[in-house]
Amino acid sequence: MNAARTTATAARVLRQLRHDPRSIALMLLVPVLMLTLLRYVFDGSPRTFDTIGASLLGIFPLITMFLVTSIATLRERTSGTLERLLAMPLGKGDLIAGYALAFGAVAVVQSLLATGLALWLLGLDVVGSPWLLLLVALLDALLGTALGLFVSAFAASEFQAVQFMPAVIFPQLLLCGLFAARDTMQPVLSGLSDVLPMSYAVDGMTQVLTHTDMTADFVRDTVVVAACALLVLALGAATLRRRTP
Amino acid sequence: MMNNRSETPPSAAPPAVHAHGLTVRRGTGRTPRTVLDDIAFDVPRGRITGLLGPSGCGKSTLMRAIVGTQAHVTGTLDVLGHPAGHPALRSRIGYVTQAPSVYDDLTVRQNLDYFAAVLDPGRAAADRRREAVTRAITDVDLTARADALAGNLSGGQRSRVSLAVALLGSPELLVLDEPTVGLDPVLRRDLWNLFHDITATRGATLLVSSHVMDEAERCHDLLLMREGRILAQDTPDALRTRTHATTVEEGFLRLVDEANAKANAHADADSDAAASNVTALREQTR
Repeated sequence: MNAARTTATAARVLRQLRHDPRSIALMLLVPVLMLTLLRYVFDGSPRTFDTIGASLLGIFPLITMFLVTSIATLRERTSGTLERLLAMPLGKGDLIAGYALAFGAVAVVQSLLATGLALWLLGLDVVGSPWLLLLVALLDALLGTALGLFVSAFAASEFQAVQFMPAVIFPQLLLCGLFAARDTMQPVLSGLSDVLPMSYAVDGMTQVLTHTDMTADFVRDTVVVAACALLVLALGAATLRRRTP
Repeated sequence: MMNNRSETPPSAAPPAVHAHGLTVRRGTGRTPRTVLDDIAFDVPRGRITGLLGPSGCGKSTLMRAIVGTQAHVTGTLDVLGHPAGHPALRSRIGYVTQAPSVYDDLTVRQNLDYFAAVLDPGRAAADRRREAVTRAITDVDLTARADALAGNLSGGQRSRVSLAVALLGSPELLVLDEPTVGLDPVLRRDLWNLFHDITATRGATLLVSSHVMDEAERCHDLLLMREGRILAQDTPDALRTRTHATTVEEGFLRLVDEANAKANAHADADSDAAASNVTALREQTR
């Protein structure tokens, strides 16, 4: 790993993004619009908006970063730039950390906008500190980046890459406790939800929602999400092969 | 020059690339395809070696093996004194793939800035990098388009951006996979002048593949390939003399005909042997 090569890679990814203002606008504005929509969908039951809204603050960065990263790394593979980079003195870790850094920065901006709007304009009622919400959102973004990087190895085209979104994200979305409490699910599903990282992301958000201080459960949830993200990033690094078969 | 055969390298220095018993199999499953079949050759230092042969004969696979991005390589393949794919080689080899591998959503200069930062990282090297980038852009004659997005350039211009990336960091060995495909005659001449300039003044070794035989005349040495084997290694002059041909293309075709005739003769001998076995068998059963 080389810090200068990592930051050069992150700067390059952000520079590519800068040439694509429409993507930036979609990444930053869609979560804001969805939260606004949700607020007025639950106009009559503000409590429901609180729980679902807080969970979504964690889920949006995950989904966005998953999509963006899987397409970006797929392009890197198909355009030949990945082969070129790996024939150069660039470590796989440099490349992956560069992507994580660049998209992490985008996720910070996205989460700042979404959290700020939800708390101060839409009246989302959170007992804990907004900074903790932001922390979970950032870890979720990292997890999304990691998952996107990993699945891009199994996609041969953009068509396949976007299909991985429902395949990888939807089951987690259904089982994460957003629609039904996890312990009320059929025991097999409840057990399955215990091993899926998004469940911990949503649990963490709920902890912030209902407790003033950082609880032990919150610490456990964030550690699980962070560890999952790092594990999947390492798996993603293993899918970058210097040699074509 | 006329008698420079593969067994007498032009200089005392060890060759830039030395291959012996090199075999590459591609594809997974039960039936991997043998793309390179037990080949041996040398690429002499400081010269332009042309790798010529019809499309699909294994040129790109051979180039990937040399730069170390090809899997399932067996046999001996030494590059600049290291086994191919050695990490120490990554900053000493410039490689241009057949399809231009650059970022379409970055400008020419931004592309080069990034690859330069990978080759020569750190803030201390910023000035050196800026010079290298400017020189590479000038080398491929793209100064006027330096701030255009690579995706908005023509095909020939994009492949020149790809070439410029390979020229960064003054590599000792440049491996160029069909660098002149789709270029107009003037640009092709300019690029070949650049290649000769790079070998003459920067002392680099070039391995250039092409399926256009008239480019062979511009190389110092030739490696002629066909169906995963090296048909001949020679200078253009020696090849023409040996095959009594006026052009390299004619010489190549004569060698192909010879090889085919030899293969057919073998096949005939085999079927003759099979036929006599059958007769013997019949006589035994009688």
